[in-house]
Amino acid sequence: MIVAGPANANSATASGAAPALLEIENLGKRFGGFVALENITLSVPAGERLGLIGPNGSGKSTLVNCICGTLRNEQGTVQFGGQRLDGLQAHQRTHLGLARSFQLPRPFVSLTLADNIRIPLLYTVATRSGSRHTAHEVEERCAALLRQVGLGDKARRLPRDLTQVEMRKLELARAMAAEPKLLIADEAMAGLTHSEIEDILSLLIRLNEQGVTIILIEHIMSAVMSFSRRLVVLVSGRKIADGMPDDVMRDPEVERAYLGQ
Amino acid sequence: MRTPAFLLIWLAVSAAVFAASVWLGNDYIFFAGYVVLQYVVLGTAWNILGGYCGYVNFGSAAFFALGAYSTVAIYKLITEHEFYRMPIPVLMLIGGIVSGIVGFGMGYLTLRLRGAFFAIATLALAVVLQTLVVNWDYVGGSRGAYIIRPEQIEPIGNYIRYLFLIMMLLAVAAITIARLIEHSRLGYGFASIRDDELAAEASGVPTLRLKLIATTISGALMGMAGAPFPYYIGYLQPSSTFGLDYAVNSIAMPLIGGTTSWVGPLIGALLLGSLQQIATVTISSAVNLLIVGFLLVIFVIIAPNGIVGLIHTYLQRKPEDFVGRRHVKAEMPGRVP
Repeated sequence: MIVAGPANANSATASGAAPALLEIENLGKRFGGFVALENITLSVPAGERLGLIGPNGSGKSTLVNCICGTLRNEQGTVQFGGQRLDGLQAHQRTHLGLARSFQLPRPFVSLTLADNIRIPLLYTVATRSGSRHTAHEVEERCAALLRQVGLGDKARRLPRDLTQVEMRKLELARAMAAEPKLLIADEAMAGLTHSEIEDILSLLIRLNEQGVTIILIEHIMSAVMSFSRRLVVLVSGRKIADGMPDDVMRDPEVERAYLGQ
Repeated sequence: MRTPAFLLIWLAVSAAVFAASVWLGNDYIFFAGYVVLQYVVLGTAWNILGGYCGYVNFGSAAFFALGAYSTVAIYKLITEHEFYRMPIPVLMLIGGIVSGIVGFGMGYLTLRLRGAFFAIATLALAVVLQTLVVNWDYVGGSRGAYIIRPEQIEPIGNYIRYLFLIMMLLAVAAITIARLIEHSRLGYGFASIRDDELAAEASGVPTLRLKLIATTISGALMGMAGAPFPYYIGYLQPSSTFGLDYAVNSIAMPLIGGTTSWVGPLIGALLLGSLQQIATVTISSAVNLLIVGFLLVIFVIIAPNGIVGLIHTYLQRKPEDFVGRRHVKAEMPGRVP
């Protein structure tokens, strides 16, 4: 198994640098007799651009759900910013700075796009800062976020009026509105055309340049390879590789998992 | 419009309606109007949980009855121990607190359920409470309880006018609370729960806490609506207080009016409640639920988002005219996205 290259937070921690933003140790999750995740250990330093890949059913979304609090892990620990997340509900994790976008977009269908963005602003940003923004400030922030993802002219539309790529952008904008330290984008590019993928990729890269750590879960390998500085591969609930993207892709075990014997 | 201005306008409307009813000089208007206003409160209260949060409550009658039986219990205490007679607003407050606490408890026990399962749990609550009341001899048990209301109250006159006035003020309070919620941070949180609970949690919304707030407010308002009921009806028995009418009407009225806004339950209750009262005196009181069923079928077919939804749909045809903050919901409440 390949170990992480220079970007690995374990080495950073060992050398006395800042601790990892996200630290997962021996994480395990079962659904009845089915082992979905087994002894996953992963360290993600702040500012990382991590690609998480694996065949269908390998446990990627389960891992995200365990990190974000949608599912409870039976084994192991998750730490975020030095704080253990065990027992914290999903919304409390969001307040700490953990945001996610969903594999299938889950907009608030009865709310306008601006109001979709307003929810995390009202419930996460306001809670974290401890102060309420004025209605005008919230309005401006919603408009700015929608402009940032190219949906500025549709602020008063309903999600049902959006195309597939616009829906993905809304999903990302809503996650960004929570002003996260770590954003987990779960298949944010599924079903998009090449130019649309470029759009989303540049959006994610811009976000990362603003200091947001990003974990990208994706099946589109070209997108993963151009985005990631580090790649983690899951197969059947186990981590089989973790390192520089080019090295990981040359790993015989990864080749076997993707291409067969 | 700011809340104090909204409240003042509705108080002025209420005063005008009361004055007009007094001027007409027929006390039946107060008898019938009381029931319609009671449904405005019940419909609005139901909508806070059912319409705003998407949790369909079939147990409205239980909360209503809790308020009514709190009054009966206090009435018995007063008559037995010759305490100071409590004014109706105080009884309403007590009924509201009792129902609010039960609403909180029900929420805590059942809010991990969703859709039909939650609805069944609320129905079960109504059955359990009815069984308790039937076997609670102190409040009359299955034989019922008599409440003797005073004939007159100064300076209003006939006691029914007083009850009407109180219910009107409660209706104004209920729609003001509903509007306040709708336009607040809480309202956005409720809407996010209704649309997608998982996404709401991921956006930082404390869904369980908000749902508990909704069940408590909704239950408390229903209890407050029920508290003056023994004084209105004179003879209270479990089968009428826990009756299907309350559960069905408090759901049907918001559905017919529209569930995403405070206006919907108000329109639905005024329309359906008035129709029922007219039918009661012109045809028969037994036709009430038939009217509800008939109208529900019509609205499900032609206007699934209620009357408010119809108006919004019309406005959406001309987007340049539409400057509203929030659009209507596309689906009926309670549906899991």
